[in-house]
Amino acid sequence: MKILTYKFLLFLKLIGREFKAQKLRMGLTVLAITWGTISITLLLAFSVGIERQMNKSNRGLGDGIVIVWGGQTSLPYQGLPQGRRIMFRTESGIIDLIKSRVSGIEMIAGEFLRWGQTIEYGRKQVNKLICGTYPEYQVMRSHYAKEGGRFINQKDMELKRRVVYLGTEVANELFGEGVNPVGEIIKINGIPFAVIGVMIEKLQDSNYHGPDDDYLVIPASTYLLMYGDPYFDNLVYKVKDGVDSKAVEKDLFRVVGAKYRFDPKDESAMWIWDTVEGAEIFRKVFLGITIFMWFIGGMTLFIAGIGVANIMYVAVRERTREIGTKMALGSRGGQIIFQFMIEAMVISLAGGFFGILLSLAITAVFRMLSMEGDLELMSNPTVNWPVALITVGTLSVIGFLAGFFPARKAASINPVEALRYE
Amino acid sequence: MDNMSNGTLISLSGISKFYDTGKVKVRALRGIYLDIKRGEFVGVIGPSGSGKSTLMNIIGCLDTPSSGEYILDGEPVAEMTIHQLASIRNRKIGFIFQNFNLLPYATAYENVELPLIFAGLPGQIRKEKVMHNLSIVGLAERADHKPTELSGGEMQRVAIARAMANDPEVILADEPTGNLDSRSGREIISIFENLNKSGKSVIVITHDMNIAGRCHRLIHIKDGAIESDEKNHSALVAD
Repeated sequence: MKILTYKFLLFLKLIGREFKAQKLRMGLTVLAITWGTISITLLLAFSVGIERQMNKSNRGLGDGIVIVWGGQTSLPYQGLPQGRRIMFRTESGIIDLIKSRVSGIEMIAGEFLRWGQTIEYGRKQVNKLICGTYPEYQVMRSHYAKEGGRFINQKDMELKRRVVYLGTEVANELFGEGVNPVGEIIKINGIPFAVIGVMIEKLQDSNYHGPDDDYLVIPASTYLLMYGDPYFDNLVYKVKDGVDSKAVEKDLFRVVGAKYRFDPKDESAMWIWDTVEGAEIFRKVFLGITIFMWFIGGMTLFIAGIGVANIMYVAVRERTREIGTKMALGSRGGQIIFQFMIEAMVISLAGGFFGILLSLAITAVFRMLSMEGDLELMSNPTVNWPVALITVGTLSVIGFLAGFFPARKAASINPVEALRYE
Repeated sequence: MDNMSNGTLISLSGISKFYDTGKVKVRALRGIYLDIKRGEFVGVIGPSGSGKSTLMNIIGCLDTPSSGEYILDGEPVAEMTIHQLASIRNRKIGFIFQNFNLLPYATAYENVELPLIFAGLPGQIRKEKVMHNLSIVGLAERADHKPTELSGGEMQRVAIARAMANDPEVILADEPTGNLDSRSGREIISIFENLNKSGKSVIVITHDMNIAGRCHRLIHIKDGAIESDEKNHSALVAD
């Protein structure tokens, strides 16, 4: 046993000597594996990151919500003509009706909108959209307040408080950036309101009455007191998890149709924007992109693999004479094969290690850079560990096989032929 | 044991070698009978393609005969496994090649150490043997030089030190001076003579009649068979 260990150490000494002798080739092979690993890992890291960011900005509008506008009937129904306008009357109890009769709806809120309202703070004056709505709106439309502030709540509704929640942009325009305006008094059309919160910046890629950071929200009860709108501008509802949004829509047409007397099949009686459906389409598109990325990744891996295989193959071939010499001096075939195996292993482990390390470093740098606008999609790359490890593993196996077979061949031919090899 | 007692180191009987290249069958050796005793200094000569290199490879256990019996130092080679053959090459045979076959990235020291590592000898003994053999060939001071920093003659001397490292029974040299100028060639041949005087068996394959003339026994090979096998009286007398 002691002798075996000693022989093994001697053998490692020999290998170490040959490693030193082939710094360039070893370095190039390590570089090839490093490069392959980085390419694939980063490709998929950015793909995952972009998907996440897009999902996030998709959810900026709201997660799984549906927006409903009143429309115009296109079919005669129960003796009533076509072309009637359907509007959601404020006092009709339409919200409660839908809430109690359409079972797939988790929450629902109406919205009142008034554009171009005069907003004043001190001597500053801007014109903005005012949105009167309900506390449920917060969750559905991702209106979260920065620390120290809040959205409108039930108490505001009951007491018809003159409180206002500001979009980020509105707050910046009135108070300047970095100022916390909570508790300040602003005037809307000359009426004082207390600022109760400012929206946290968010990614938002779609909207239906301007970006969320560019309007003000007040309680619907207060709004009605000021403006007295007879109709909701639109309704927003959220479908319960796992419920098909199409089925909910059908229910909605049935319930609202019965109340306002239009044909449940009359698709123009209400306009529906189903973001759940949009998200589904987006998911499919991105699945396509992901498959494409994997395909490119696979190709890259393949090319890197050929590179590694080629280097290993040439390395063994060009040392055939050397193998012959060693065999003439009494080395055994097994030792020679083992040597190339160790070499392939060291190379691929080193390459994989550097590859993953550099990928992590590069993604970390991208996450640290604060990227604005279009580049924001690039700002959250995430290394996918299984992919990284599979890449390293595949390249290692390829390098290993590419070294193993020629080495075995060289070691199994008769030393005379190995010695004669030019 | 009989072979051992009368000092026979190498005994070939009826050795033949065929190469089957698919289309043509080449008969490289045709029934060679040859005995070489311990301490002999043998030259093998013959035109190229005569089969002398094949004979050398078979004697060196690098190649196996197609038929016939080969007994080296009392042991029948035909029955050995490839591991045993590797071990025989390591311990009993010292090879010297026309193109030296030194490892280009290793120093003279490391090249000589190689067969000692294959033999699994401990570090101190390796060091002694390497330095001893390098000094025999007069290169102890150049131990740290790589082959590219040595002349052709020096490279061949390193190769001789390497061949001698494990104190083999026989030195087998295949055209050892083929790539050398005549002066270096003469140096090499005197090293062989000195080794032979100290008791080593030496077998040299050569074209070079200057070298052949220094061998004590000359074997002519032609068309895969021994044409003549005689004592070289002039060399013996010169001794």
